[in-house]
Amino acid sequence: MKTEQEKEQTIIMSGNYAAAWGAKCSKVKVVSAYPITPQTTVVEKLSEFVDNKELDANYIRVESEHSVMAALVGSSMTGARSFSATSGQGLLYMTEMLHWVSSSRLPIVTTIASRGIAPPWNIWADYTDILSIRDCGWIIQFASTHQEIFDSILMAYKIAENSEINLPYFIVYGGFIQSHTSKPVRIPPQKLIDDFLPQPPKDGWGHINLDPDKPITHGNLVMPEQEYLDFRFLMQDAMIKSKETIKKTINGFNTKFGRNYNGLVEEYCCEDADVVVIAYGALAEQNKIAVDQMRAKGCKAGSLKLRYIRPFPTEELLELFNGKVEVIGVVDRGTAFGNPTGGPISTEVMSLLFRAKRKVKALPCIWGIGGRNVTVDDQVGLYEKLLRIKNKNEYPTDETCQHGTVWMGLKIGV
Amino acid sequence: MVSLKELIKQESTKPELFLAGSSACAGCSSVLALRWALKALGKRTVIVSPACCANVYIGLWPKTSPAVPYINMAFAAGASAAAGVVAGYEALGKKDINVLTWAGDGGTVDIGIQALSGAIERNTNFIYACYDNEGYMNTGTQRSSSTPKYTVTTTTPLGKHMHKKDVAQIIAAHDIPYVATCLATDPVDVYNTFMEAKAVHGPKYIHILSPCAPGWRFDVSDTVKMGNLAVESGFFLLWKQVDGRMEIKGKSLKALDKEKRVPVKDYFKPQGRFRKLTEEQISEMQDWVDRRCDRMARRLQSEADL
Ligand SMILES: Cc1ncc(C[n+]2csc(CCOP(=O)(O)OP(=O)(O)O)c2C)c(N)n1
Ligand code: SF4
Repeated sequence: MKTEQEKEQTIIMSGNYAAAWGAKCSKVKVVSAYPITPQTTVVEKLSEFVDNKELDANYIRVESEHSVMAALVGSSMTGARSFSATSGQGLLYMTEMLHWVSSSRLPIVTTIASRGIAPPWNIWADYTDILSIRDCGWIIQFASTHQEIFDSILMAYKIAENSEINLPYFIVYGGFIQSHTSKPVRIPPQKLIDDFLPQPPKDGWGHINLDPDKPITHGNLVMPEQEYLDFRFLMQDAMIKSKETIKKTINGFNTKFGRNYNGLVEEYCCEDADVVVIAYGALAEQNKIAVDQMRAKGCKAGSLKLRYIRPFPTEELLELFNGKVEVIGVVDRGTAFGNPTGGPISTEVMSLLFRAKRKVKALPCIWGIGGRNVTVDDQVGLYEKLLRIKNKNEYPTDETCQHGTVWMGLKIGV
Repeated sequence: MVSLKELIKQESTKPELFLAGSSACAGCSSVLALRWALKALGKRTVIVSPACCANVYIGLWPKTSPAVPYINMAFAAGASAAAGVVAGYEALGKKDINVLTWAGDGGTVDIGIQALSGAIERNTNFIYACYDNEGYMNTGTQRSSSTPKYTVTTTTPLGKHMHKKDVAQIIAAHDIPYVATCLATDPVDVYNTFMEAKAVHGPKYIHILSPCAPGWRFDVSDTVKMGNLAVESGFFLLWKQVDGRMEIKGKSLKALDKEKRVPVKDYFKPQGRFRKLTEEQISEMQDWVDRRCDRMARRLQSEADL
């Protein structure tokens, strides 16, 4: 007979519960969170785990998201593995502290059930929340299945706590369609998880440990000619170096738990593709169906899912651009007002085109914001636009294409 | 309660926990209070300090004065980050470490009040100390909601229009096990207050009036005198509330007696920040002080009658 610790379970659960289970199985020591739709059931489930003593952690039920991240700065500085979850307004409210976490190089993991930003109130999938804080020094990974949400948390701690990296880590998924629908999630035996993700060292993280026996002062004012610039460089350096750690960790996880996660990107039918759509999140997963339909019609379509946007998969994208692709569609599920394309990631991806060895054409697109439904037909429509660019050099001129970007489903022309 | 003599004898042989090299202004009472607070709390103490003068006067990188762990913290996060430290230690089974938030009045009564109120409501086992220099001094003497009425600051060039917020009473309304006011210029009071707080489990709040020469515009040699006048005039009352029971501290007893109370004018006069007060305004402030002292006296009487 196998003991509880040695059994694998398959449980039908929501994406949010998968996040709570991920934290539980990572044996986090401190949780701090504040309720916000659509993240709420993560914090409810975690409260239950802690109160039922299924999770031996201290749960700080603070009075705001600013306090959430501040509390985790404190707890993580003592060396305790720390976790939170939030969405939309809550993420924006904690912005100041997000920088405090990353600049203190604390390996905190936080899940985001992304939602639209008010006003008007909108609680449905839209990544503007995470995209608007994308440069604050956290690793940012999208999870497009429930299983991936759970598994990613285990990997996230392993990556973040690596002393070469020591960067905080966001795992992002869309509100409602992912957070509130239920699917089976395989929970590996706890023994196997503990083996993969042991408890952090007793004497805290290498660079910081609040110990009265070894007093340090953290964060004193530095003058312009002192090391501020160097500290900042080291954060970018850690981001770049994290790419290797991420890939190694994923490989190790795949072997140990029998999964097949990709690295920073996941390509689908890209090798010989003329037209490729680059996107992220669950809609990038759905986009594979559009590829199948295009392929059935004899079109060489491909799809590239960005699993990470921080660190940015520069090398992977350049490899795509240097290969066979002729036209890319780059899609954001979020906005960046006033930037060249209106979408933050399309601007970043397109900025790499000038480093490519050959000319690749591009069409930026914004889809699904505020939870707007995007069907496979809509996605096929995008491929057709890309094909017209490829075959006839014809860029779309219909009313959904404004200022050079396709706003899928736009109802008002400018 | 230790006396001055005992305190000097006892502390002169112990290692200093706030080392030389502080970049505080000459005559700073806040740094004095921190030094004596640390003597009471001892080596096993961690300080969380939100943006305030302390973030600067502990020294500029790579120098530092505290000989205990000290974290510079975001302005609004003094109490919440400390609550996290407490939670981390609890979760890891580390006991007997005092967690102290050391904040200015702005970080306490304004931007930090929400986090502070939350941490107390959650019964966080920590000491929150606010050194009250009655303004935002780090950023160059702007008004805070702890700045007294009619004070000239750089954002109230003609004098502030509202009274000082009595945050210690707001905290007392939280049913907190220990709350006290104390005087930065009186090391014995600081030491005894922190000794008492340290012995209590749960949230402790200490509000320390901290005369500040550059912000209040008095001569640096007069810091102690200013502290004493604040108390003798009844402008600042020294009290503690332990498990809900209010007590006035000895030094403030006199001020409760109208006959013995020093006129508030004598407290205002040496301070440039009150230079714009008219006679009428001074008498309005005297009324305000008298009313507050009376209210405290009545409260003490009613508690004694219980
Ligand atoms: C969010 C935020 N807003 C504003 C500031 C700028 N700031 C730093 S210290 C300070 C005033 C601090 O006043 P107080 O808490 O009374 O402490 P003191 O400087 O008087 O010691 C201000 C406004 C900041 N650091 N963070
Ligand atoms: S401005 Fe006032 S409180 Fe700040 S260091 Fe100088 S004397 Fe102390």
